[in-house]
Order: sequence, then C-alpha cells, then structure tokens
Amino acid sequence: MTATTDTIKPPSTRLTPGEWVRKRLFNNWYNSLLTLVLGGVIAYTLVAVVRGLFTFDYKILQDNLKLFIVGGFPGDQLWRPWVSGYLIALAIGLAAGAAYGSARERAAQAGMYFRTTGLRDILRRFWPFLMALVVILALTRTPLPGLLTAGLLIVGYGAYMGGRILPKGARRWSGLLVVLLIIGAYMALVSFGGVPYSAWGGLHLNVFLTVAGIAFAFPLGLLLALGRRSTLPVIRWLSVTYIEVVRGIPLIAVLLFAYFAIGFLLPSDFRPSVVTRMLIAITMFEGAYVAEVVRGGLAAVPRGQREAAHALGLPTWKTVRFIILPQALRATIPAMVGQFISLWKDTTLVAILGVLDFLRVAFAVNTQSEFLGRGLFMLTLSFAALIFWVGSYTMSREARRLEKRLGVGER
Amino acid sequence: MLRVVVQLAALGVTALILYVLWFNLTNNMRAAGLPTDFGALDQPLGVDIPGSSIRPGAPVWRGILVGIKNTLALVVVGIPVLTVLGVVIGIGRLSTNWLVAKVCTLYVEIIRNLPPLLLIYFMFNAVFLQLPPLQESITAGGWLVINNRFVAVTAFTHREQYMMFWWVVAAAVVVGIIVAIVRTRRWHATGEPHHRVLWFLGIVIGVAIVAWLLLDRPIGLSRPVLEGRVVTGGFMGFSAYFAVLIALAMYTASHVAEITRGSILAVPKGQTEAANSLALTTFQRLRYVTLPQAMRIAVPPIISQYLNFTKNTSLATAVGYAELTRITFQAIGNGRPAPQLVFVLAMAYLAFSLFISLVVNILNRRLQYVT
Repeated sequence: MTATTDTIKPPSTRLTPGEWVRKRLFNNWYNSLLTLVLGGVIAYTLVAVVRGLFTFDYKILQDNLKLFIVGGFPGDQLWRPWVSGYLIALAIGLAAGAAYGSARERAAQAGMYFRTTGLRDILRRFWPFLMALVVILALTRTPLPGLLTAGLLIVGYGAYMGGRILPKGARRWSGLLVVLLIIGAYMALVSFGGVPYSAWGGLHLNVFLTVAGIAFAFPLGLLLALGRRSTLPVIRWLSVTYIEVVRGIPLIAVLLFAYFAIGFLLPSDFRPSVVTRMLIAITMFEGAYVAEVVRGGLAAVPRGQREAAHALGLPTWKTVRFIILPQALRATIPAMVGQFISLWKDTTLVAILGVLDFLRVAFAVNTQSEFLGRGLFMLTLSFAALIFWVGSYTMSREARRLEKRLGVGER
Repeated sequence: MLRVVVQLAALGVTALILYVLWFNLTNNMRAAGLPTDFGALDQPLGVDIPGSSIRPGAPVWRGILVGIKNTLALVVVGIPVLTVLGVVIGIGRLSTNWLVAKVCTLYVEIIRNLPPLLLIYFMFNAVFLQLPPLQESITAGGWLVINNRFVAVTAFTHREQYMMFWWVVAAAVVVGIIVAIVRTRRWHATGEPHHRVLWFLGIVIGVAIVAWLLLDRPIGLSRPVLEGRVVTGGFMGFSAYFAVLIALAMYTASHVAEITRGSILAVPKGQTEAANSLALTTFQRLRYVTLPQAMRIAVPPIISQYLNFTKNTSLATAVGYAELTRITFQAIGNGRPAPQLVFVLAMAYLAFSLFISLVVNILNRRLQYVT
C-alpha cells in the first residue's frame, strides 16, 4: 500500500510574473491585440473617471443628502429614523448571531468541523456596504451623523456577538424578540405624531417597499404555489391563470393599474394613498413570481417524502405543513434572495408615477434652480447607481454563499 | 365528495370577489361620468406623437397602434444587438486572456446589479442630453448627424423597381434553400462534403449583385442631411429611442452573458477532453462539440430574457419615448377612462408573452435529446 519510490512532486503550476504576462495576456496574436486595445480603453476610462471625481461639484449631493436618504421627512422628526435604525441594527445583529450560534451547536453535535467567522470575514463579505456608508458620510457637513452611524455599527456588532453566545433556551425566544424589534422600528417612525409611510421617500422608501413587498407577497405566493400543485383541477387552474397572467405583464402596467384604476374597484369611500396603491401592485405582482420560486422548492422535495407521510396516515394538510414545506422552503432561500434583489431594483419604477423614491430624488434635484441645466445628472445618477449596486451585489453574493452552504443543486 | 365541495366553494368565492369588484367598478365609473364600454377607444387621443402622423384629434386606438409599432421598433433592433453583446461577453468571461475575462466579469457584475430604469435615466439624461445642441450637431463627414435631440445615421433607400429586386432576391433564397437541401441529401448518400452554407450564400449574394446591377441600382445609400431644424435622408431616431435601446440592451446582455457562460460550463468536461484527444482544433471543438451542446441549454432561458427585454421596454415611458405604455399613460392623463385602457395595455403585453411562451415550449420539445 505504501509508495515504493520517492514520490515525484507535480510540476509547479505557479507562473513567474514574466511567464504570467506571456501566457495570460500575450499568448497569441489576437489575444495580444485584444489586450492592447482593452488596456487602452481601460486606461482612458480610468483617467476620465478620476478626473470626473475630482472636478464634480458635490454641493448638489451635500445640500440634498437628507432628501436622498429619507425624502421629505420633517427635519425636526429626524430622530425617529435614527431610533428605528438602531432597533433594526439590534434585530439584524441578534438574528445573525443566533443563527451563527445554532449552526455552531449543530456542527458540534454532528462532530463536524465548523469554520468560525471573524471580523475579517465580515469585512470581506460586506465591504461594498461599508464603502457606501463611507461615501454617504463623506457628504455630510456635521460630525453628528458619522458618530451616530459608528454607534449603530457598534450596537449591531455587539448584538451579533451577544446573539452568538446566547444559551439554547434564550435563543428560542430571540426570534420573537427580533420580530418585536422590527415592529418597534416601524412604530418609532409612525406612532405618537410620527410620519405615516405614505409620506416617506428617498432610499428609506425603497427599502420599505422591498421588505414590505416581499413580506406581503410571500403568503400570497405560497398559497398560489400550493394551489398550482393541488390535485383539485379548479384550484389548480385558478392559480395557473393568476400566475401566468401576472407574469406576462410588465410591472409598470400593474403600477399604472393600481395608480389609476384600483380606486374604481374599491368602495367609493375608500381611497388608499399612492404608496399604499403601489404596495398593493407590488404585492400582486411579486406574488406570482414568489409562487414560481416556491414551486421550484416544492419540486425539489423527493416524491418518497409525500408517500412516506401518506403511509404513516398523516392527513394532507399535516403532510404539507410538517413534511413538504420545511424541506421546500429551505431549498427556496437562495432563489428568494434573488427575487428580493429583483424587487429591490424594481422599486425604482414608482419613480415613473411621481413617487419621490431614491431614483426620483436623484433625477429631481437637477431641477432645483441652483443646479438646473448644469449637467449634474452624471453625478447624482452615479450616486444612486452606487447605492443600488451595493444592495444588489451584497445580497447576490450572500445568496451564492447560502446556496453553497445549503447544498442546493448538489443532489 | 369533499373534493367537489371544496372546488365549488373556490369557484364561488372567486366569482363573488369578481362580482363585487365589477359592481364597484361600474358604479364608480358611472358616478364619475365615465363610459363603461370600449367606445372610449374612438375618442380623441389628445396628444401629438412625434415622428408619426398622429395629431391630438386622432382616435385613441390609432395612437395605441403607433405605440405598439414603436415598442416593436425597440424589440426588433434590440434583440439582435443584446444577443451578440451578451454571447460575446459570456464567452469573454471564459477567455484565457486575463484582461478580457476580468473586464467581462466586471461588466456583468456591475450592470446586472443596477436597476434598468436607472440605466435608462443615465443613458438619456447623463449621456444623450449632454450631446451638443442642434446647431452644433456632430456630422462625421456627412455619414451621421448627432445632437441632443436625435441621431440620424446613413441608411438604405429604395429607388424605382425596388420591389422587383426584392422579389428576385426572395426567389434566390428559395433556390438557395433547395440547393442546400440537395447538397445535404448528396452528403448523406455519398459522404461528399456538402458546403451547403457556402452554396446558399453564394447563390443569394451572386443573384443579388447581378440583379442590383441589371435593375439599375434599385437600392442605394442615403446620407442624413441637416437642413435648418429638420434632417432629410438616412434613418432618424430620437435620443430617447437610442438611450432606451442602448440601456436595455446593455442590461439584458449582462443576463444573457451569464446564461451563455453557465451553459458552456455545463457541457461535461469529458466532451472537451474527447474532442482534444481526437485532435480537433479549437475552432472545430467549439463549433462541433461544445457550442451545439451549450446551445441546447442556453436557448430557452435566453428567450425568456427576450421576453423580459420586451416587458422592460415599457420603462421607456420614463424618458418620453412614445411606446405603448407611454401613450396609454398620456391618454389616461387626457381624461380617457383608465380601466379600459389599462386592460388593453395588459392584453397587448400578455398576447406577446403568451406567443413567446408558445415558442419556448415548441423549442424545448425540439431541443430535448432524443433517447
């Protein structure tokens, strides 16, 4: 069984810098040409971007920073978003920490290796997010937002470290605590003379529409997905019709419908605000897409599971509740994050109907008399692009990580 | 028994909900003094559509037809552009050239994660509107006219007898196809190389050149010329059209690139190794082994990206390009009843989507391996 000769090491695959340049950039005539042309284009673009960064007039962003972040939120009420932000930081930190703790415990029980996450891993995963924070804070004129944000990060990290060491009994209650914290964050904004969500705007509104949209669309999508797989033909056909019709229509048409026509469908004394109508449209639209995501998860549950539950004499609803859904929903998590990202990008569409969301603000500040006709769209839209990119990119990387960890697609 | 009851109950509840909505709709519309039938489609549109013959007095349905035409103008030009761009970038990500692979990755990771509406605003407001004004148009030696209102490019024009020319070319295409089929049969029978693509192209191009000369040049080039505030000749499109076209093609191409890359990676490694051990050249390996198998995987998702592209053309509303959604929006703004118009809008997109799904289903069936 042992090697009888001295093992010969495989040839080194590491290239010296000279070899690397020859092999990876100039290995034949067309690659050399491509390298030179692309190199020139990149150099030119870089010079233009750097020059732009140094010559832009950032006053338009500095003056309107509040409008970008929270829209028309009254200036004397700004403590509310901060309180809400601290509560959400607590909730996210606690949830992430508790999830980490339970994963570690399960790995220990199974005797498996568990890779500990340190501050460096967090930085590597969330660097775009931190970069966006730095850019936003660089545009502030007073040190207060910077200090408050630093406090926010410290509180979040503290909650995370606290969540990690929670004992098992306390962890069970942490889910409830997280929900309470999120409700508290919402109440901090609207209750006791606060600002109702229909008057929110800016980045804040995009985040709200995304989270609320998915939260409302999820139950609808779940029902539609179960309906689509039902053995009752009427229920199946109703679900299929809804899903296919909605998926065949662009979101903007659904928003137009909600904006102009939904008032006609409701009793005449009930007139929801514009943001409510947008939220209804987003829920109706996303429900169909969530249904398809959940259907994918349901299809991933092996047939034998249902048959085994049947053989044990479980009634249908118990089979679904305790056997099918837990496995199906676990398999849908990455695809749900994907849906979350696409909604995050799609919330900008409310701008077309005049709702003052982040993109609309980036567009509208250019019509302020001081900045009118100065061609600052490049700057304001780049700022919006940065923030939207950070959100989608971070989430898509996390989705890929989850996909690997859950082993979806590796069956 | 229980099953029947549950289904009847579901039907009943759905019917009840629809009835309540319908009841509210008709009541509210009557109270607002709006018509409840589709007669509104004959009422005047109330807006002027630039680049068409529609003036404010024209009926709504004619405006909607122009809107559909303008939507199709985006789709027909956009789909080839985004396909080529996406496939090139997708293959580029797998290039052995480090710089090419990194640039393509960077492109995909940036563009894919931006909202398409933001890209459209960016292209229109930060790029096209910053071009020089009409009086200082860029003309590029008479081949182009570019300014912040429109872009005009050199285009083909038809002279006398052009219909004759197209008939001749169509006949040549038919002959070419027949020759290609004959060549294929012969290849099957004798193993002689078929060269069917060369035969086909040779016949079509040869006939076209001869016909073009004999019919005294029925198709010519027309260069755009700026005279005062209008341009004559060439093909003219408003900045909004080009901005939307470029922005959406870039966005959809980033998704097509990911599909292309994934499909090529999904071809089993053994296929490449087998091709290499048969001493095929790189081109032969891609042409006969890797790409045909990757295509099978890539075609259905790419077509669903075409569908997304078509639905996203509705975002052109934001920059004032007169496509279907924009015109519906304007008609509603001019007091035409919203429920009917939104219904027509939804049905137009739905018809297109269902047509595409039909194509995908047929393709899926044809592309499956016969085992």
